[in-house]
Amino acid sequence: MALNRDFIGRAFPPSEPYEVTRLKIREFADAIGDLNPVYRDPEAAKAAGHPDVIAPPTFPIVISLTGAGLADPELGLNYAMVVHGEQRFEYNRPLRAGDVVTAESTIAGIRSIGRNERLDLQTVITTVDGEHVCTSHNVIIERGA
Amino acid sequence: MAATVKYDEVEVGQELPARTYPVQRLDLVKYAGASGDFNPIHWNEQFAKSVGLPDVIAHGMFTMAQGGRYVTDWAGDPGAVVDYGVRFSSMVVVPNDGGTEIEITGVIEDKLDGNEVVVALTARSDGQKVLTRAKARVRLA
Repeated sequence: MALNRDFIGRAFPPSEPYEVTRLKIREFADAIGDLNPVYRDPEAAKAAGHPDVIAPPTFPIVISLTGAGLADPELGLNYAMVVHGEQRFEYNRPLRAGDVVTAESTIAGIRSIGRNERLDLQTVITTVDGEHVCTSHNVIIERGA
Repeated sequence: MAATVKYDEVEVGQELPARTYPVQRLDLVKYAGASGDFNPIHWNEQFAKSVGLPDVIAHGMFTMAQGGRYVTDWAGDPGAVVDYGVRFSSMVVVPNDGGTEIEITGVIEDKLDGNEVVVALTARSDGQKVLTRAKARVRLA
């Protein structure tokens, strides 16, 4: 189904503050099968120059969709037909335990590709103190029926 | 940040060792829980087939995470990754019996200022390229 073009350029309000915890980082690292000690052992992280355990590079996806408002029925996105098209993260620094961050998303574009619909979403992740941590560029594809 | 690979010791065109990562249905259930992405196409075969997919497919972000792991294991510090992007070119189909594998290779595509290099990744599963235009910019020692 065609997505609502009125949403192009729509900026969503910042998400509720999200606290990054050691336990959540460890759970995520376990789920991707990555045993790197900088994700689980604060001492190993400090030895590598980080103040606390850091999160794997793809962890920000957990936060980046929290404020995106893609569930708005007016947008017309059929979640069952959605696949991920592209993803990119630009990092100012790694997310780490103790960070409290918000995600601010903007729908950068919507267009048709054949029978599919393509939606480009940009999300800026910032600490509540105003430090930019990373920016996510997300392309989702709604497959045509 | 403490990458262990030295900028001066890598060359454009240098290939990184290939690695293979197994994927089972259980991994996708764990990833769903950890990421919050509970789309049933990643764990419910009946549902996946009902929406026209060949079988349960892996989360794209699970595959991207394996690529991230490949790069950070090579570089020595995950904090050394300054930019990482991929295109999901094909699905990773995960059958109930035996699961599947993701095979990843990498090559040094470019050397930049500031001790940064661009690593170009290729990921394959069941003979298909599942990541294309996959690149990580990494700050080396």
